[in-house]
Amino acid sequence: MSELLGLKAKLGLDVFKPDKEFHIKIKEGMAKDIRLKKAIIVCPAGLYSENKNGEVVVSSDGCLECGTCLLACGPEVLEWNYPPNGSGVQFRFG
Amino acid sequence: MESNEQFDAIIVGGGLAGLAAAYTMASRGLEVLLLERGEYCGSKNVTGGRIYVNPIREMFPELWRKAPLERFIAYEEVCIMDKERSITIRYDGSELKQQPYQSYSILRGKFDKWLANQAENNGAMLITGMRVDDLIIENGKVVGVWAGGDELRANVVIACDGVLSFIAQKAGLNKLPEPKNYAVGFKEIINLDRQVLEDRFNLEGDEGAARLYMGDVTKGKFGGGFLYTNKDSLSLGIVVGIDALTHQEPTINAPELLDIFKQRPEIARLIKGGNTVEYSAHVIPEGGLKAMGKLYGDGILVAGDAAGFSMNIGVTVRGMEYAMASGYYAAQAVIMAKEKNDFTQAGLSIYESLLKNSFVMKDFINFKESLEVLEYPQLFRHYPELIGNIMKDLYEVPAGPKTRLWPTIKKHLSISQMWNMVNLSRRLMKI
Repeated sequence: MSELLGLKAKLGLDVFKPDKEFHIKIKEGMAKDIRLKKAIIVCPAGLYSENKNGEVVVSSDGCLECGTCLLACGPEVLEWNYPPNGSGVQFRFG
Repeated sequence: MESNEQFDAIIVGGGLAGLAAAYTMASRGLEVLLLERGEYCGSKNVTGGRIYVNPIREMFPELWRKAPLERFIAYEEVCIMDKERSITIRYDGSELKQQPYQSYSILRGKFDKWLANQAENNGAMLITGMRVDDLIIENGKVVGVWAGGDELRANVVIACDGVLSFIAQKAGLNKLPEPKNYAVGFKEIINLDRQVLEDRFNLEGDEGAARLYMGDVTKGKFGGGFLYTNKDSLSLGIVVGIDALTHQEPTINAPELLDIFKQRPEIARLIKGGNTVEYSAHVIPEGGLKAMGKLYGDGILVAGDAAGFSMNIGVTVRGMEYAMASGYYAAQAVIMAKEKNDFTQAGLSIYESLLKNSFVMKDFINFKESLEVLEYPQLFRHYPELIGNIMKDLYEVPAGPKTRLWPTIKKHLSISQMWNMVNLSRRLMKI
């Protein structure tokens, strides 16, 4: 349906090749850093959220590898690399 | 993989810049290795949807006849969106329907995969599913890359690894990325029966339409919406400045913008009955000349998005032609450097000269003010609303007598309003 899909359902349409380890990490001790809050707003896949303790957490399911979070928050708070061995998202149309 | 082999060039990234470089060098008999991190070329690439062919037609004369492009763009439309209303301008000119066509809608999953085959047919060696982890730098000169635990050596490394360009960073060539110079684009591919699509958009045969949306589509933030017709699908999405998302009111999460956009009646009726088959996102470098780093160093060249070769001038948003052209010129530079056997910074500086004499750098110099001019909140918030209100009053026939037209318009144009418009025109004149 082109009508509204939830973000999860939308990401479910994409093809992903699983990776052993997620390619984005919140740097140690940075989960409460104010810069990370931007990731919640900018991530097109909605992978970032804030938990009860006021820490930002990132879900590894459905990353589109766009890099918006890295540009918005900066490398001081995020460790960001491309997934290896052809894993991650596989755009069929792009 | 043999680690003692010395390539003429190793290309990092098999997008349009990398593939254009590989295709060009291989056709001249150079030993070229291209490393692509995705399982196939195109698997990590995203476009909004349109490529302009004119500036690069002659660089790849063999390519265009068979290229898997979608539809040639025969109709250009701009839609200014206020909250409750919108105004659409449709440009329909015979020149847009004359061959050779100036632009096509395109899907990178198909196009890049095909271009990779063409490069391989020319003799380039492609390895996919291979991420480049680091550069090998000896005595300040780039001499190869580390990938998959192997050391691979070449006279020149060409960084075509996309907008984040970790490779150019490792070589110390690019400037520290600032969010204000980048936008994020995200889109859905919506499948639609071919006949329904053609009827809905008034298209015949391979004709296609391109629509840009501005105003309420981004809630007044710097950016806009886009819609391109493909053969039997639509590319529908939004591009919005990263800083605009985090700094401009109202705060709204990026994915929600697209959902709200899809619910607009203007859009809902266009996508009705379609099936979303893919959701993708990508960052776009929009900083232009001012954000550009160095394009070459000892043993290294930078091309495509990695070099920041993408540009938003409001009426057109372009990147793919610059990518292919910069890949082409990078290839020419390596070919010339090989003739002189000089792969130092001095030997490779010809790359910059080639770009400066081409449409690539001429465009970036001409439009260097474009981003700052367009990053003007009033343009995306106030003016769409103003135009909407004027249209509403102009077209309204009330129960009683109708007001004369000029006073109807003038009501919306106070002295300060007019003064703002003079200032806006002054701004826009810089583009």
